[in-house]
Amino acid sequence: MRGYNLPFNGLIKAGAFAAGMLAASSVFAQEDTIKVGVLHSLSGTMAISETTLKDTMLFLIDEQNKKGGLLGKKLEAVVVDPASDWPLFAEKARELISVNKVSAVFGCWTSVSRKSVLPVFEELNNILFYPVQYEGEESQRNVFYTGAAPNQQAIPAVDYLMNEEGVERWVLAGTDYVYPRTTNKILEAYLQAKGVKAEDIMINYTPFGHSDWQTIVSDIKKFGSAGKKTAVVSTINGDANVPFYKELGNAGIKAEDIPVVAFSVGEEELAGLDTAPLVGHLTAWNYFQSVDVPENTAFIDAWRAFIKNDKRVTNDPMEAHVIGFNMWVKAVEKAGTTDPDAVIDALIGVSVPNLTGGFSTMMPNHHITKPVLIGEIQADGQMETVWQTSGLVVGDEWSDYLPDSKDLISDWRAPMSCGNFNVATGKCGGKGVN
Amino acid sequence: MKCLKAIGLVLGFLATMLATALADDASIRATIAKFATAKNFSETGDIVRELAATGDARVQRLLLALGEGDVAFRKSDSAVFIVQEKGQTASLLDPLTGEAAGEAPKAAYTKVKVNNSLRRAIRDAIGALTLGAEDPAVRLTAATTMFLNPDAANLEAIEAAIASEANAAVKAKLEDARASAVLVSDRPDAEKMAAVELLGVRGDRNTLSLLTAYGAKAEGELKAAVDRAVGRIEASLAFWQAGQNVWYGISLGSVLLLAAIGLAITFGVMGVINMAHGEMVMLGAYTTFVVQEIIRSQAPGLFDWSLAIALPLAFLVSGAVGLAIERGIIRFLYGRPLETLLATWGVSLILQQAVRTIFGPTNQQVGNPSWMSGAFDIGQLSITWNRLWIVVFTLAVFGILLFVMKRTSWGLHMRAVTQNRRMAASMGIRTPWVDAFTFALGSGIAGIAGVALSQIDNVSPNLGQGYIIDSFMVVVFGGVGNLWGTLVGAFSLGIVNKFLEPYAGAVLGKIIVLVLIILFIQKRPRGLFALKGRAVEA
Repeated sequence: MRGYNLPFNGLIKAGAFAAGMLAASSVFAQEDTIKVGVLHSLSGTMAISETTLKDTMLFLIDEQNKKGGLLGKKLEAVVVDPASDWPLFAEKARELISVNKVSAVFGCWTSVSRKSVLPVFEELNNILFYPVQYEGEESQRNVFYTGAAPNQQAIPAVDYLMNEEGVERWVLAGTDYVYPRTTNKILEAYLQAKGVKAEDIMINYTPFGHSDWQTIVSDIKKFGSAGKKTAVVSTINGDANVPFYKELGNAGIKAEDIPVVAFSVGEEELAGLDTAPLVGHLTAWNYFQSVDVPENTAFIDAWRAFIKNDKRVTNDPMEAHVIGFNMWVKAVEKAGTTDPDAVIDALIGVSVPNLTGGFSTMMPNHHITKPVLIGEIQADGQMETVWQTSGLVVGDEWSDYLPDSKDLISDWRAPMSCGNFNVATGKCGGKGVN
Repeated sequence: MKCLKAIGLVLGFLATMLATALADDASIRATIAKFATAKNFSETGDIVRELAATGDARVQRLLLALGEGDVAFRKSDSAVFIVQEKGQTASLLDPLTGEAAGEAPKAAYTKVKVNNSLRRAIRDAIGALTLGAEDPAVRLTAATTMFLNPDAANLEAIEAAIASEANAAVKAKLEDARASAVLVSDRPDAEKMAAVELLGVRGDRNTLSLLTAYGAKAEGELKAAVDRAVGRIEASLAFWQAGQNVWYGISLGSVLLLAAIGLAITFGVMGVINMAHGEMVMLGAYTTFVVQEIIRSQAPGLFDWSLAIALPLAFLVSGAVGLAIERGIIRFLYGRPLETLLATWGVSLILQQAVRTIFGPTNQQVGNPSWMSGAFDIGQLSITWNRLWIVVFTLAVFGILLFVMKRTSWGLHMRAVTQNRRMAASMGIRTPWVDAFTFALGSGIAGIAGVALSQIDNVSPNLGQGYIIDSFMVVVFGGVGNLWGTLVGAFSLGIVNKFLEPYAGAVLGKIIVLVLIILFIQKRPRGLFALKGRAVEA
């Protein structure tokens, strides 16, 4: 369906052109583009991760326009810069929807920015595609979560360490904010359910941008010398990872002894890093650049041609945007309109190819199905897949391992149309945003 | 005739020997060639075990290289080589003999991939292979590996090695390896008891790990002995722990000092609230990056010198930017702290976004020279080289700065201008230029701090932001206008932080330190070492 460089591109283009001419001649004043909002920080702390996603969106829109646009119209990207400032995200979202009249928005990275724009999307009834792995515990009618829920990343990674590496002792290290805290809460409950004793779990939080890891690394070393195989599950965010791995390397902790599995370290983060001390450590994602399937190769080639840099890497959130964008395109085609209500209903059940050689489907809980890959970091900054789930995993928005969310489910199809249906009480409405 | 017969016999014997050697050679090479066709990690693992089983010491070179990810096969003919990469090309070495076998560009070969379980397999295989090596250092590594990964099957090999070992250090290590192997074997309890005693005396973290693992399975008297040994080791480790905290504190303090030392001049001595200070540090780090990039592409051999080359350049770059800021903005704002604060903050945003536009928002790769990698042990204290060098470097920078301020005529001018501007002007000192160069000096020193910080932190446009608050904290705490105060302030904050961290956690520890400083400033508004005299009142 994606069809980079399809031979009949030209044909479609010609058709679209003719259709465009017709539309333009009949209703002259009507706007002839469909606007797509891109809400990613281009300055401030999060620019490091989000700028790439902005480029990805421009690339996807460009590709779609080459294929003739959508519903006979060209797509037009409206890019705004929320500058890593959470309240500004809400303002910019409002601007995109009210002033620029966009049909859908692709954006946000941190959970706090997503939480900040939720009321805006609800109030103005628009669509947000959120491409980053997150802590779950949320399902909103106007949001489509194309990143991984905890059961699509964290839990399979822990399973891998437990079964393949025989890990018995766990360090859960994270940056002090909502994603690591919730994920670690889920993991702790999961590990205890698997019979890991409380004294075999060490939980540690550090501030954003923490750079002095000496004490924590020595604590990990100490924790790991209790005679049981130990692993670190890292939800350490972005920048703080580099000094963390450097300290691990210098302290002589090797991946063979204490492997670290990270959920926030991707190809993009590794691109700015001397990877020598990281070799052998693990990451868990739903996509790796190194996945060797034709879809992925075609995507990487087209992306590099677009960005005019043959060394640019690709990463998991980019794939999430690719999936999300293609799903939106398909749903708009199915609904025959860009009206948010129609598209929201049409999106459920839409299935598009992902970049790892399979298909991803939008589920009624607004999460998608994905494969889970565990990779080992290689000296060239790429991940080598060492394990992957046999099939696709459905995103589970309300974790089954947390007492206050285990009874909740989400189903946005009529007649239920509820983001937090409590199966115990049989009522819609529970914890969290509905 | 007899003589001839004997010669014939000897010749025949030699021929058979040669033949077996050749056959061995061929079979090992055939095994090695399989690396090119291995489909997954477990197949590669089988080849490693097969090679190890030959017991031939020559495969050790290949296995070592494989563990490092330096084994590759040529795409054209699937021939397996050890590769030594230099930039875009690599020299190929014969996998068995290690002889040079030509060169090839990177694109011409594919590396054999390894993962953790493979690396473990390789490590174990090498341990057993190198026990009889010529070089005592290699034997020591082998003994250490066998000590850390006890295997009852190796016990006899270790005992044989102990009997023939002449080097005392290696022998001691082998005894340890034997003890750890005895614990997992089915030897009688008395022998195990002796092993526990022996290990109990060693008392480091690895031993603790081995003993705790064993203690969980042991019974009766043996368990009591293990518990005693574990208790003894833990007591000694607790003592070292305190020493370790002091070292970590000094190391954190040196980073704080390095970041703050430039600010001690621009803010401390000149009184300019310079919010762009962190960006001067960042510029220094990016200078290091650019220098390393040029060295990587032009003269890879100079890589270990990259930091030395970057130091003066970073000083010049940040100093020049500082000079431009002072001449362009700050000199119009002297005596107006609020406006200075806002203006320099604006400058910091401009610099950040400029760097982001030029170099991109992602982290840039700055490598550690070989002499800054790794760690060494003092007792149970593990000290990493990069931290040690940063402490040394910081103290050197501090010493030089102190010398410039106290012993040179320029330093004299600087102090004169900051203490009494009008008097200094009357004496014929060109105060505007002294201001400009003092600011440039402070900025330049921030730049060389950036060179050092690029070794332990990310080189990204946000680098400076992480240090600006800490820097102000150190300068205010130590006493504005006093270099010694900055030194003492930085080290005491570092050490207090590191003693709090194990108990309170990194987040709470930081908060506690901040609260303590606020309370302290309430009590002593001028910081630890307040300047006295008329200049302060003015």
